[in-house]
Amino acid sequence: MTLRIGIDVGGTHTDAVILDEANRLVAAVKTPTTPDVTTGIAEALKKVIAAGDIDPSEIEAAMLGTTHCTNAIVERRRLSRIGLLRIGKPATTAIKPYRAFPEDLKEALGDVWFIVKGGHEYDGREIAPLDEEEVRRAGEEMKKIGVEAVAICSVFSPVCPDHEVRAMEILRGILEPGTPITLSHEIGSIGLLERENASALNAALIKVAETAVKAFREAMRDAGIGEARLYLTQNDGTLMNVEYALKYPVRTVASGPTNSIRGAAYLTGTRNGIVVDIGGTTTLVGALTDGFPRESAVAVEIGGVRTNFRMPDLIAVSCGGGTIVREMDDNVELGPESLGYRLIEEGLAWGGGTLTTTDIALAAGYAEIRDPRCNPERLRGLDAKLIQKAVQKIVSTVEEAVDRMKTSPEPVPVILVGGGGIIIPKAQYDKIKGVSQVIRPEHFQYANAIGAAIAEVSGEVDRIFSLEQETRAKAMEEAKEMAIREAVKAGAKAETVKIVHVEEIPLAYLPGNAVRIRVKAAGELAL
Amino acid sequence: MRLLDESSVEDLAVGAAILGTGGGGDPYIGKLMAVDAIKECGPVELVDPHEVPDEALIIPTAMMGAPTVLVEKLPGGGEVFQTFKALERRLGRKAYATISAEAGGVNSTIPIAVAARLRIPLVDADGMGRAFPEIQMVTFHLHGISATPMAMADEKGNSVLLDTVDDFWTERISRAVTIVMGGSSLISLYPMYGRDVKEAAVHGTITLAERIGRAVRESLREKRSPVQEVLKLTRGYELFKGKIVDVERRTVAGFARGEAVFEGLEEYKGSILKIRFQNENLVAIRDGEIVASVPDLITVLEVETGLPVTTEGLRYGYRTVVIGMPCNEKWRTEEALKVVGPKYFGYDIDYIPIEERMKG
Repeated sequence: MTLRIGIDVGGTHTDAVILDEANRLVAAVKTPTTPDVTTGIAEALKKVIAAGDIDPSEIEAAMLGTTHCTNAIVERRRLSRIGLLRIGKPATTAIKPYRAFPEDLKEALGDVWFIVKGGHEYDGREIAPLDEEEVRRAGEEMKKIGVEAVAICSVFSPVCPDHEVRAMEILRGILEPGTPITLSHEIGSIGLLERENASALNAALIKVAETAVKAFREAMRDAGIGEARLYLTQNDGTLMNVEYALKYPVRTVASGPTNSIRGAAYLTGTRNGIVVDIGGTTTLVGALTDGFPRESAVAVEIGGVRTNFRMPDLIAVSCGGGTIVREMDDNVELGPESLGYRLIEEGLAWGGGTLTTTDIALAAGYAEIRDPRCNPERLRGLDAKLIQKAVQKIVSTVEEAVDRMKTSPEPVPVILVGGGGIIIPKAQYDKIKGVSQVIRPEHFQYANAIGAAIAEVSGEVDRIFSLEQETRAKAMEEAKEMAIREAVKAGAKAETVKIVHVEEIPLAYLPGNAVRIRVKAAGELAL
Repeated sequence: MRLLDESSVEDLAVGAAILGTGGGGDPYIGKLMAVDAIKECGPVELVDPHEVPDEALIIPTAMMGAPTVLVEKLPGGGEVFQTFKALERRLGRKAYATISAEAGGVNSTIPIAVAARLRIPLVDADGMGRAFPEIQMVTFHLHGISATPMAMADEKGNSVLLDTVDDFWTERISRAVTIVMGGSSLISLYPMYGRDVKEAAVHGTITLAERIGRAVRESLREKRSPVQEVLKLTRGYELFKGKIVDVERRTVAGFARGEAVFEGLEEYKGSILKIRFQNENLVAIRDGEIVASVPDLITVLEVETGLPVTTEGLRYGYRTVVIGMPCNEKWRTEEALKVVGPKYFGYDIDYIPIEERMKG
């Protein structure tokens, strides 16, 4: 038998599941997330293998959704000092690199940058030939400063990456062997500053990812599954093998919510609908479109930096299982503070002094918690009206968030996942407005880890095609082929790869000789 | 006269995007350039058209081409000054001030960077009061001012000085030059005198854009509806509240055309609004009936933030408020409607001012 392990590292819990080749759930566990993240993962691995009572050698692959990189950016810790090379002179000098970076993040990255001659036009012509001498000088300078990684970003590299590739070859000959180099055309799409920002963050994260991967490997060996292959899940819900993940670590920053949306789709067999993931602190609401999360259309900020990353479209509301409930005059307010994992010490039903959404669910009698330390008798004194109002508030908060994610007035199915789901009364399921049915699948609390375990492998292309040399149809065909090739390169079974997303945008204010085409392909992991 | 500082520019960029009626380009890049220029050279003197001497030379400055190119191939920084100087040389005199040709979108901010770095005033006016796609679509043209001599430059150092027989030829030739230059260029054009500005420009639009942006910022901070504030400042109307359920784009005669369909929310439940666009939003049709059309302004705002959604940014699932705002009176004459009316954009409908449509 071949088995897979899916792991999800959340703010409160680290979950692990084992799935067999038919994607049946063999075992699932929840363990507390540890400050170093890795210890928690090792613990989860050991526990889930014990719970499944299986032979560790049957585990072929481990899929991991992790917050290592997200945390490193948010906390500005462990980031590498990088050298940033922009290719675009005489264009682009009006706005320097790091122009809109928060000061502390710029410092963490080292604020070392160069702009050299080169880059391309939208139709693939050169703005100027690449000035190789300038690249060499920049390389010598970077070596002297001692940068740990490099990002290269050339104008219109999504149309023509030649200058980025050539500059990389030159720098390889100068920098310490093994210095990681990020090329921007592999990171983001049109929009120089946003792509440059994302590439700089990516370069700064490579060491973080290396350390994390090393620790995962160790944890896997400890748990007796050192031979299994390791994959990381990325923002769009698909997998990267380790080699890929070490090149593109920035692609892991939003993988958590994505995994829960994908897991919800899998657990219910639903391809379209709304997913409500109720955690300890927040409820995340996302839209499921053809089995994948709908992506946000606006520029996304990561750690205060504008990037043009594709991220899932999400609404976060402060309504989790540990969210604090307050009575304000005649109203009830939820959060935004949450007790999080301290619920089992400070929650009213646990003998603490703080009223939470879980206490409300217990007091109203629709939730049960099998924990000897939890005693709903402690909630007897609560005002019945307050309980009723709080229940209404919880339901209406979720109802509103669901409605905001909907794309049409027609009722849609809502899938309820996450450990905090008990705060929504079952009796209210069919009363939630604009919803055809509320599905709370079995194993709902493990949706994220399951989402990681079932993830597919994808490839993506996003570039401007000039329609002067080729027809629209040919450009589209070319883009599709490139996306499929990327997916296979990333580890997909060639025969299972399908085009999952196509988008075409003509360029405004230019006669129609250029079009931006974006294609994504995905397929099953080749095991 | 008053001074425009960094924070004024931040507000102005938001207001300019709203006046951009879905087009005009994201002011982000222009805003960064303007803010940097002010940081280095100090605040910009904003003068009222009436403060400008009649005989003073005023040169509008702008970016031309695809906003998608501008966000990728950022300017070198010197291009616009090269064109400005070229026109001064050609005309044999120094300019007193610069002015925006188009207050909607990125072209609200480019002249601020010019004014700051050349330490000349910026006139509180523009040639549209909104955004339009072509060079002759400015009130300067309506008043018989010629777009040429016009100077164009790219970041490579190439520059072109145009003399043409009319503004339509200027549009055609300069568009072709822009494509050869790589899809975007910086331009100085419509050189004019102070008395022309008084007569031919749309007055007060820089201040209006700034006030719109400030109102959005302040109402968000105070958790009030930004949409109502925008409507008050622009004497506009709420046309619809709805979710985008379909966006269709196609390229017709070299322009990105399309249609977005909105399904009603709240009091508009059960209704459908369609917006036809070509770079900018041109016609809004609610349940089969036209509720607004070019040259009046149609802008799509995000419900929560009051921030505008460009035609390139229209996406399935957005929750929006669609607003209509009356255009400047200069656009409502028969002559003007030949240049920017619905028929020019290929819609066989008569223009009826939004105020009248809203009455009926």
